Amino acid sequence: MKPNRSLEIGTGLFVLLGFAALAFLTTQLPGSGMRLGAAQGYKVLAKFDNVGDLKAGSPVSMSGVRIGRVEAIAFDATDYRAEVTLRIEPQFDKIPDDSDASIQTAGLLGGKYVGIGAGGSETFLADGGRIEFTQSAIVLESLVNKFFANFADKGSSTGTAAEPAKE
Amino acid sequence: MPEGAAVAASKDAVVRVRGLHYGFGSRKIFDGIDLEAAHGRVTAVMGPSGTGKTTLLRLITGQVAPAAGSVEVFGREVTTLDTAGVYSLRRRMGMLFQNGALLTDLSVFENVAFPVRAHARLPERVLRQLVLTKLHAVGLRGAAELMPSELSGGMARRVALARAIVMDPDLLIYDEPFVGLDPVSMGVIVRLIRDLNDALGITSIVVSHDVRELASIAHHSYLLSGGKVVAHGTPAELDASPLPIVRQFMSGESDGPVPFHYPAADYHADLLGDGKERPRS
Amino acid sequence: MIGDTLSRIGRVGIFLVRVLRHAGVVFTEPRAVVHQIYNAGARSLVIIMLCGLFVGMVLGLQGYDLLQRFGSEDALGVAAALGLLKELGPVVTALLFAGRAGTSLTSEIGLMRATDQLTAMEIMAVDPLRKVVAPRLIGGIIAMPLLVAVFNVIGLFGAQLIGVQVMGVDTGAFWSQMQGAVELDDVNEGIVKSFCFGIACSLVAVYEGYHAQPTAAGVGLATTRTVVISSVLTLLIDYILTAAFLGR
Repeated sequence: MKPNRSLEIGTGLFVLLGFAALAFLTTQLPGSGMRLGAAQGYKVLAKFDNVGDLKAGSPVSMSGVRIGRVEAIAFDATDYRAEVTLRIEPQFDKIPDDSDASIQTAGLLGGKYVGIGAGGSETFLADGGRIEFTQSAIVLESLVNKFFANFADKGSSTGTAAEPAKE
Repeated sequence: MPEGAAVAASKDAVVRVRGLHYGFGSRKIFDGIDLEAAHGRVTAVMGPSGTGKTTLLRLITGQVAPAAGSVEVFGREVTTLDTAGVYSLRRRMGMLFQNGALLTDLSVFENVAFPVRAHARLPERVLRQLVLTKLHAVGLRGAAELMPSELSGGMARRVALARAIVMDPDLLIYDEPFVGLDPVSMGVIVRLIRDLNDALGITSIVVSHDVRELASIAHHSYLLSGGKVVAHGTPAELDASPLPIVRQFMSGESDGPVPFHYPAADYHADLLGDGKERPRS
Repeated sequence: MIGDTLSRIGRVGIFLVRVLRHAGVVFTEPRAVVHQIYNAGARSLVIIMLCGLFVGMVLGLQGYDLLQRFGSEDALGVAAALGLLKELGPVVTALLFAGRAGTSLTSEIGLMRATDQLTAMEIMAVDPLRKVVAPRLIGGIIAMPLLVAVFNVIGLFGAQLIGVQVMGVDTGAFWSQMQGAVELDDVNEGIVKSFCFGIACSLVAVYEGYHAQPTAAGVGLATTRTVVISSVLTLLIDYILTAAFLGR
């Protein structure tokens, strides 16, 4: 097993390649994984009644264009709502402060994302700003419940209407 | 010659085997062997193929344990030693294998240097001198940079011999060193075995069936057959022995106490019959 | 039969412990270990990269075909990434490793056994487990996860090549959906699997070589056994680990 220079170089390259691949897989792929480099952009807060299965790392879009990511989701015990921290990329600094944020679904199997609809205000959101108008995620079960509740209501309202006629 | 009785109980027997029994299952390889390798002498172990001569060597080096009997090397009982003890015993031995057993990915120099690197921390210059000296002793100093695949059989065996003596062992064991060599290489090995033994004052055990070659270098020979020592003595004594088995072996007769025919059924019956008869053993 | 299998498993386990006792060889003889990492890893790189590319491309094709039935082609990145990271990467790499590096290890050690080199070492009071077996086992264990990582990266590239360049999936959607759906846990699952497969395949290869019958036929038989046993063992361990991870 003669120590061979080119063999050692070859092994070194291989090991380096392997670790680079590993590093790529662990840092660049996972949404909630470790990130290289400091987060860029400014923070915007928004409160929702229900975030559905929105995750940290989910995209934030405006008019279909991705402008940032969800950085964190926390529970606010004072008003029982979810506090979502959005990190908007620095180049998108002209978002009116009366815009609305809603949680939408991408495609049939897609994940949730935050869509921002532009408002008309002249002042723009800055770091630490808050979006007041929010719309929660549409949860399928509540939709179904509502539907059946409406259906039941319709039935009983025809019943009460009939009663005064009897008198 | 009666087994055991005539062996001088020499105090300086480097290897002493007494009442050795070894076998697996129904095959008994050794059925009570007594053998001694005297200090500073070349002891030959001969016998027909298959008598377990290589197994005897493995018993001496502690690679296998006997079913019964004692194997003493350098005065210590091999069968009672633990791994560390066996390894320390082996550091005083050198062994030459039938096919050389050189490490194929190391050069000749590195092969000879291998045991030294493993057991001692010598400065590179000293190591180099040691290795080259040993290679010179076997006449292959010029081949130091060759790889084992580039060597002929005889040369490979000589390198293996250099490797076996590099740590200055007290006991040298040769497993069939003459097999497959041309007359010239054979002559070289024969000369080396005797010269090394005499020059270094070590003890050698040579396992072989090459009667003629052994006769020229052995001080004492043992003839094994059927799991027992059937004869032993100096080459001259064996040559003069009247025992049929010794006569057959020494003169190379094809039939005698060691039969020509492998046990088989009756010849006529086998040819003329339907071949279903069982062989008579 | 059960007794035979159990005793065989026991012997392999004991062998593993005996070899691992020499794990310190990484520090005492780093050159030997480096040489073995080269043999097991660097020399397998070409086949791993080629196969990674093809597997990735097939994933791209099949994934696209499957997802477009649900109108979710954008999720191709997710499908490819999860498929590779959790299953295809570790398993296919392990099978290729067994075939290329495993057979090389077995035949090398088997040949040393057949030509008495291992016995010669023992006679020279050098433990062949330390000198020959341990560096090879450790080399294989280190090389495997690295090979899997390379396979996965090349595979993703292959999937992207087909999905984006050929099939027209949006490149942004491909990567962002993937990043949204892939968790660190998924990546970890793949890494754990690759370690386990590395130990299994390397161990089988060195064990078979070390215990081969010292004849030409014996070495050939040992080499075949290495491939067969490594493959079955890999798939078995894959099932166990997958169930364990999903059960969490």
